[in-house]
Amino acid sequence: MSESVLVVPLLVALLAFAAAAFDAVLAASAAGSPGAWRVWDAPLREAARLLVRQRRNTLAADRLLRRTGIAVLPVAAVLAAAVLPLGGADAASDSSIGIVWFNAAEVAVWAGVWLAGWSVNSAYSLVGGYRIIAQGLAYELPHMFALITVGVGAESLRFADAVSAQHGLWFAVQMPVAFAVYLLSALAMAFWGPLASPVGRDLAGGAMAELSGADRLVFLAGRYAMLAVAAAATVPLFLGGGAGPLLPAWLWTLVKTLAVLAALVWAGHRVPVLRMDRFMGFAWTVLIPPTLLQLLVTSLIAL
Amino acid sequence: MWRDAAFWILAVLSVGTGAAVFVVDSMARATFALLASFLCVGAVLLLIDLHYLGVLVVLMMIMEMLVMAVFMIMYMMNPAGLMPMTMVHNHRNALGISAGVFVLLAGGILTVRWPHREGAPPADPTRALGEALMGPKMLVMMVIGLAILATMIASVVLATHRGRYDQDEHEHEPQPQDAHEHHAHEHHGHGGAA
Repeated sequence: MSESVLVVPLLVALLAFAAAAFDAVLAASAAGSPGAWRVWDAPLREAARLLVRQRRNTLAADRLLRRTGIAVLPVAAVLAAAVLPLGGADAASDSSIGIVWFNAAEVAVWAGVWLAGWSVNSAYSLVGGYRIIAQGLAYELPHMFALITVGVGAESLRFADAVSAQHGLWFAVQMPVAFAVYLLSALAMAFWGPLASPVGRDLAGGAMAELSGADRLVFLAGRYAMLAVAAAATVPLFLGGGAGPLLPAWLWTLVKTLAVLAALVWAGHRVPVLRMDRFMGFAWTVLIPPTLLQLLVTSLIAL
Repeated sequence: MWRDAAFWILAVLSVGTGAAVFVVDSMARATFALLASFLCVGAVLLLIDLHYLGVLVVLMMIMEMLVMAVFMIMYMMNPAGLMPMTMVHNHRNALGISAGVFVLLAGGILTVRWPHREGAPPADPTRALGEALMGPKMLVMMVIGLAILATMIASVVLATHRGRYDQDEHEHEPQPQDAHEHHAHEHHGHGGAA
């Protein structure tokens, strides 16, 4: 425990806003509007609009579960961020099992989306809620193997140890397969881009189809926060943490985080949405064998 | 002091949410009440510094309860599960049986002579757990791990084979080309036999 406890939620909120702003700019640029960067404040306007809007109530909705599910998203993002080293400063909680904790917090997102989709008593939302579980089960196995590979390479489940194990060579270079798989799972954690079918347009918004007003704001904020935290975790896991020339550690951490986050947001605009059943086949038959091989190679090097 | 307070709060919460499983009137609420109960148990494990086991309980129980929610709702009379339903059957006998089991277990707890603690907890329980599993029990764990992975993949393969959204929609349709070849082969076989 340290003073980072107070800083972490603020940092997550700022990064989530950065992701949302870049997303808005990319959307405006794709729409061909001149000076697209000027819409950077679109998320703030949208937040203000959602705050004054009335909450839509569906028939026979399960309000308790709806509120629980929506609240889970930002809470899970902050809990996942709590174990990340901030570069120079300690993590809010420098836990010896930080990587497993991160994994647990990220899986809680599935519960949040499923609850939000199920509880509003609407067919499209329900389908979206089920999609997140199918997709989650698809990405989780290769994702866990990627995280385990980092744990084996660092010979520890502590994020700080993973950073110090990369003084010679970044894990992104040492274990490229795990890095690639992690980037794909980062998209899946926030059901973003190619893995956005739980909130897909073919379902009129899927799990968040019926959410409006403050509900929608919290859900979207939690989603961007999760994307930001998934990007931020890439830095201690694969990109050497705060290591870098000239600049201080915290600045390198921030620069790397923003670079990964920008790449993830950009990928969301450039890659089509995958059907979750096809992704399941791909994840289990194509991704798992190379991740296991990567784990084997890393284990042999570690021995 | 705060550990005692946290333990009792978590204990009451876990028993309370566990009881809520049978009180609530929807399968989704029952599932998530059970999940809340398990999360409290995971937090109790964290409280006694079994960090790895505690977080593992949290991680596994979230995934497990989500998969269970899917199956439980799938097998219900009203698949969406939003119509109220009771979570108990055979009410009177069940109460008697559970009260009997409670008395039996509580009696066992109170009357048995508990062994005294020997030794101290290891400095790193995660490492001790790993060494226990991967040392003397290595062979068993490796076999079980492989068997579970194979079972999971095999069951998914079996379950998705005739899925509505199968990857190749044309795979199961009779192909004119195939029918022709089959026919020709059959004809040829007859010829050979003759």
